[in-house]
Amino acid sequence: MASLTHDAAERALMRSARLDLSRLVIFTFALILCVLIVLPLSWLFYYGFVDRAGNFTLGNFRQLVIDPAFVEPLITTFILATTASIVCCAVAAPIGWLVARTDLPMRGLVRVLVTASFVTPPFLGAIAWELLAAPNSGLLNRAFRALTGAPQDDYLFNIYSFPGLIFVISCYTFPYVFVLVANSLDRIPGDLEDASSILGGKTWTTARRITIPLAMPALLAGALVAFLQSMTLFGSPAILALPAGFHTMTTKIWSLFQYPPKPELAAAASLPLLVLTVILLRAEHMVLGRRGYSVVGGKGAEPRLVRLKFLRWPALALCFFVLLNPVFLPYGALLNATFSKVATQIVTPQNFTLHNIEFVFFELSATRLALKNTFILGAATATIGTLIAVVISYVTARKAVTGYRALGFLATAPVAIPGIVLGVGLFLSYTRPPFILYGTLWILLIAFVTISLPAAYQQLQSAIRAVHPDLEDASRILGATRLQALGHITAPLLRTSVIATWCFVFVGVMRELSAAIMLFTSETKVISVLIFDLNESGDLAAISVLGLSMLIVTFATVLLANRIPGFGGGIRLRNH
Amino acid sequence: MRGWKFSRRDILKGSAALAAGVYATPLKAQAPAAEAITPALVEAAKKEGKIIWYTSVDLPVAEKIAKAFEARYPGIAARVERSGAERVFQRVGQEYGSRIYAVDVVNSSDAAHFIVWKRDGLLAPYVPEDVAKHYPADHKDADGMFATWRAWLSVIGYNTELVTREDAPKSFADLLDPKWVGKIVKGHPGYSGTILTATFQMSRDLGWEYFEKLAKQKIMQVQSSADPPKKLSLGERAVMADGNEYNMFLLKESGRPVEIVYPTEGTPLIVGPNGIFKNAPNPNAARLFQSWMFTIEAQQMAIEIGGLRSFHALAKEKPGRKPLSEIKLMKDDAAAVEKSGEDIKTRYTQLFRV
Repeated sequence: MASLTHDAAERALMRSARLDLSRLVIFTFALILCVLIVLPLSWLFYYGFVDRAGNFTLGNFRQLVIDPAFVEPLITTFILATTASIVCCAVAAPIGWLVARTDLPMRGLVRVLVTASFVTPPFLGAIAWELLAAPNSGLLNRAFRALTGAPQDDYLFNIYSFPGLIFVISCYTFPYVFVLVANSLDRIPGDLEDASSILGGKTWTTARRITIPLAMPALLAGALVAFLQSMTLFGSPAILALPAGFHTMTTKIWSLFQYPPKPELAAAASLPLLVLTVILLRAEHMVLGRRGYSVVGGKGAEPRLVRLKFLRWPALALCFFVLLNPVFLPYGALLNATFSKVATQIVTPQNFTLHNIEFVFFELSATRLALKNTFILGAATATIGTLIAVVISYVTARKAVTGYRALGFLATAPVAIPGIVLGVGLFLSYTRPPFILYGTLWILLIAFVTISLPAAYQQLQSAIRAVHPDLEDASRILGATRLQALGHITAPLLRTSVIATWCFVFVGVMRELSAAIMLFTSETKVISVLIFDLNESGDLAAISVLGLSMLIVTFATVLLANRIPGFGGGIRLRNH
Repeated sequence: MRGWKFSRRDILKGSAALAAGVYATPLKAQAPAAEAITPALVEAAKKEGKIIWYTSVDLPVAEKIAKAFEARYPGIAARVERSGAERVFQRVGQEYGSRIYAVDVVNSSDAAHFIVWKRDGLLAPYVPEDVAKHYPADHKDADGMFATWRAWLSVIGYNTELVTREDAPKSFADLLDPKWVGKIVKGHPGYSGTILTATFQMSRDLGWEYFEKLAKQKIMQVQSSADPPKKLSLGERAVMADGNEYNMFLLKESGRPVEIVYPTEGTPLIVGPNGIFKNAPNPNAARLFQSWMFTIEAQQMAIEIGGLRSFHALAKEKPGRKPLSEIKLMKDDAAAVEKSGEDIKTRYTQLFRV
């Protein structure tokens, strides 16, 4: 008896000691999170409210409101984001419904192609569309003139215009809406639709009165996300808006760092973007609510697919027509420009050349360094980001510490910070003592981890929620600490999600431009910045080679993750 | 205006005003002694193994120069960092402000930058042998901090498939004709040193009213001065209001349908000095690179394959290109560009709205 009590007491002591270690680890992660997010924001606020001499002033904001050079971009950005959001919803909702709820042929392929537009960097898409739709030299316009015999000055599309920019932004933002709508439609249990059929509702009635209203919150959330993304994009506006003759907020903020730099104005211009983003995110949260989506357990019935009958092939044609814009045409244009002597002429045996590839990989001295930097940063960000996301999402899902809500909030907070604003904040934070990280890869690492954390966190959150806590509770009853339970029980169950998240973050790093453009130096250049620099001097062929290389690596990563044995389901859009 | 021929001497005198601001001599100028390329320097440079050159010259030209240097001195890797001169200036300022010393040698198309860098004490005095022997006093710094590595013009141009010779604009004033609405491409002084210098000269000689009228022509705005020639080559626009003469030479000589026009009011002359930074991470490689850049071989290469112009006394212009002596030039004043640079950019942004 005595030994039993003694053993139990010893175990309890050891457990509390081990629990302390768990607590310590968790608190460390929480601290890292705080520093990552709060530090740049606080410098941003400081600079926004301070003038050159360091005294408190509201003058920066006053200038923002009075000076038309700032008011116009603000209005432009607002109109841009609203229109792009509407277009995205109009396009993504029908396709989402078709893919998730009907017997559309080749649904899997359509999903894959939407993933392809997801991973294509928007700035690369903008450049590819320059090749296609520049009013005089664009491939599509040339084809139009050749086919219709129109005079030299006529054109069908002008990409260097406000509608042109909205079009390109919508092309690469609609996957966000698609994912939300398709996933929510995937998860609607078939019971409700069966009940409607039993009560006599025809297919279309069911769709109209049951399915669509259930998907409305997701659509609204998608609209908000699309608005946010369009508002905070930097690459596409920087490439298309300048030739078109207007600024958006993001390009205006960037231009404030031209010599002589005006960081106070940049900070002041960033803060409204930040506030607006926070408001919209609150709205999205209220719309979506905290719906539980734990479906593992097979409790719901299989969703009933709507039979399209004679509309099957027209519907598929519609999907492909839509996907022409973000995927087929731009990729084709890039491929063409890679092998053509003149970027906007179709490749023929006469003007076929390998010189562009040779130039980029053997003559351009910045290529190797940029490739190296991008891979190092991609792998490091993915690893660290996924690690932090796993721990934090576990803590919030299992409510492991007091204040887990605050932790969850911090993990998703970076979504509220537009990339360029974060770049400005990080620049202001890390170009001064005690941490001068500017000029090293560390500052880029911090930026990328901060940017990719929310998405990684949300992915893993929904994955953890799908795993019932009973399994870990059983393990803890048997004496394991939280971390041990996480490591031995939960993590293996989450394996596919963790790998999917790793790849997602890796791919995200490759396409990140808005923060990198503020923080890079010649030694720490990444591919996205190199492409942007090449666009400044109009070297379209080199851009095409680099862009295609980037895309090949991205797709190879995604495919590899799907093929590794033991990593089962891999990356499907469902896992988001 | 009667056509008047300038002799070489007149050109050099004329560009004295250009050089005056840049190379203004204080009462007691102390240039260090000229240095030749010695085997010891080459050895020391090879030990360092690399050299980093920030420049705004068009990328393929810059890379060819870098590769030629690597071929001449194997073992030293030359890396080129190219962006618009105004962005180069901003980057150097940002890096030096955070004590990041990444750049060895810098070349800028905005001569005013070198006034600022010299004033801030960032440049190292070093006089290559060729500069001392073959370069006119107007094109080298009296204290030996920098010298003109390249020169070119900002010209009007047109695509010969879209515009006939008769219809083509002959002067800046011609560009204001309503028939060119929506057909013009031009660079931006906020990014490009070439365009900033050209805009200064044009605003002084033609007045800001000219730009007010030009802004109404619905121009296509690009960033670098290397871009308008490329846009002409693609056929994206018919006419360029400003852009690098050297890009036009290269495109024309490789068979692209472009043609240069030297405006009757005068053509802006742009000068691109080269200098070494005091805190260069590879000082010996930097000196070797700087010395090599001013040799007749390198200068002739810049002329042949770069389309640039040189002030080296022994340099020969490539036949087929209009000699500098036959072109009417606008006078530059780098000191004035330095003083009014920000003002020019602001006014331009107000007029052209980007």
